Amino acid sequence: MTEMLKIEHIRKTFNPGTINEKVALDGVDLVLNEGDFVTVIGGNGAGKSTTLNAVAGVWPVDSGKIYIGGDDVTKLSEYKRAKYLGRVFQDPMTGTATTMSIEENMAIAARRGEGRGLSWGITRKERALYRSMLATLDLGLEDRLSSKVGLLSGGQRQAITLLMASIKHPKLLLLDEHTAALDPKTAAKVLEISDKIIAENHLTAMMVTHNMKDAIAHGNRLIMMHEGRVILNIAGEEKKKLTVEDLLHQFERVSGEEFASDKALLS
Amino acid sequence: MTILMSLDPASLLRSMPGACAQGLIWGLMALGVYITYRLLDFADLTVDGSLATGGAVAVMLIRGGMNPWLALIFAFIAGMAAGLVTGLLHTALGIPGILAGILTQISLYSINLNIMGCSNQAVSVDKYNLVVSLRYISDSPISKIRVFATSILFCLAVVMILYWYFGTEQGHAIRATGCNPQMARAQGINTDFHTVLALMISNGLVGLSGGLYAQYQGAADVNMGRGAIVIGLAAVIIGEVVFGKLCAGKYFAFAYTMLSVIAGAIIYYIVMNLVLWLKLPSDDLKLFSAIVVALFLAIPYLKAKYGRKEARA
Repeated sequence: MTEMLKIEHIRKTFNPGTINEKVALDGVDLVLNEGDFVTVIGGNGAGKSTTLNAVAGVWPVDSGKIYIGGDDVTKLSEYKRAKYLGRVFQDPMTGTATTMSIEENMAIAARRGEGRGLSWGITRKERALYRSMLATLDLGLEDRLSSKVGLLSGGQRQAITLLMASIKHPKLLLLDEHTAALDPKTAAKVLEISDKIIAENHLTAMMVTHNMKDAIAHGNRLIMMHEGRVILNIAGEEKKKLTVEDLLHQFERVSGEEFASDKALLS
Repeated sequence: MTILMSLDPASLLRSMPGACAQGLIWGLMALGVYITYRLLDFADLTVDGSLATGGAVAVMLIRGGMNPWLALIFAFIAGMAAGLVTGLLHTALGIPGILAGILTQISLYSINLNIMGCSNQAVSVDKYNLVVSLRYISDSPISKIRVFATSILFCLAVVMILYWYFGTEQGHAIRATGCNPQMARAQGINTDFHTVLALMISNGLVGLSGGLYAQYQGAADVNMGRGAIVIGLAAVIIGEVVFGKLCAGKYFAFAYTMLSVIAGAIIYYIVMNLVLWLKLPSDDLKLFSAIVVALFLAIPYLKAKYGRKEARA
């Protein structure tokens, strides 16, 4: 098995030396093998999204190492790291350029990790490809290639962002609570699309979620974070048998606290 | 009443060709402002300086014996250099965009004085074969046509080149950088590089416009760019308000939008001539244009605010 992602003891403190000082990552270790789909849960401020942002290179970590597909990316800037990654964000506004058309957004994603020169931004061949990719979403977007993304709903944008994230077969797909801002029905649809894209492209993926049921139902692994550390790491058969009650018990045992997120319990 | 009686419609009509020619030339600068203000979402105040730089470079080179057409290319390059400085101040040194533009603009004032050696340098149309000139306008109809043909051709060529450029991979990257830098970086776009690039192209156009305008008025002046950003914004906004609905959804929508920016500049100069014709004091012109731009900038904000209240009720 090849290691697709290896995180070695990364630390990150925000606003060091001020009254707002916050240790966001307190020595996170994680290894993902090729084809692993890990769901990440934990309370607010546990470090879930922060871990994804550290992998994506939104800011440099204070210490530790990050390897993607065997390459040390710890010092690479966010835009250079993009060639390894596909990313979908919590806010549907974040993943797309709203003043540009659907096909322009996809064409930009299709050139991720390549130089951008003076050749035409979209070729006719690409357009046909995008049309067929959009048709698989079953959202009626295949006839709206030249529509501005700003006119679309949150769910449609997340679906397009998923296509954009997977279009270059990234070594790692990062889904950062990408259904949290959607209504339950749309969220289920976007999750279904995510599963399908991950399976069809044999992607290695990390999905942060607030929803324990989703975390259990999706992926082959699950990690729980608390106060900037990974406190639970469940895989294989053990994960398949997991229930929400199990998770809550485990959380209380490992952290010595009650699980503090109502959102995760109620949903 | 007596004031109205004293107005001469014929003189208004006579001022129109000049207003249109000026609008066409400043339209090029407005396109530069459009690139930064709308595509890049960057209020770039460099233009007040880079316009005069373009004019100064063109005039000094023509006086030195260079072909007036070739001098325009150097005016473009000089403008690009100004944009490069603003871009680096912003991206490499982390200075806020507006301040970076102001710093470049102020330093260009000294640089422009150094280029010209004094505050004003003339290029006489009698001595040099200028690309456009005010004098051609008052001359025979053929000269008139020459001025308009040249400036319209310039505008069309620039619109076509920009239409092509912003359809290329690099143009897409600039648009994505302006629209959503977070998305751009996630898609592997170097947002710093493309911000600098867009500022260079924008100020290049402003420099080119300055080079043309200096030839048109027969002189470069160190103060010729004062308030240029306001005129550029006015052109962009007037273009959007007047022609916005016509452009939306069209196949060549972007080309129409750029043409409407140039049309916006022409409308601006026609209105300014109207204001002068109404015998309003010319000292108040800049105040008047600032008020017009402030009003147009405020309209979308007030609309949104008022609209929300209505929705709540």
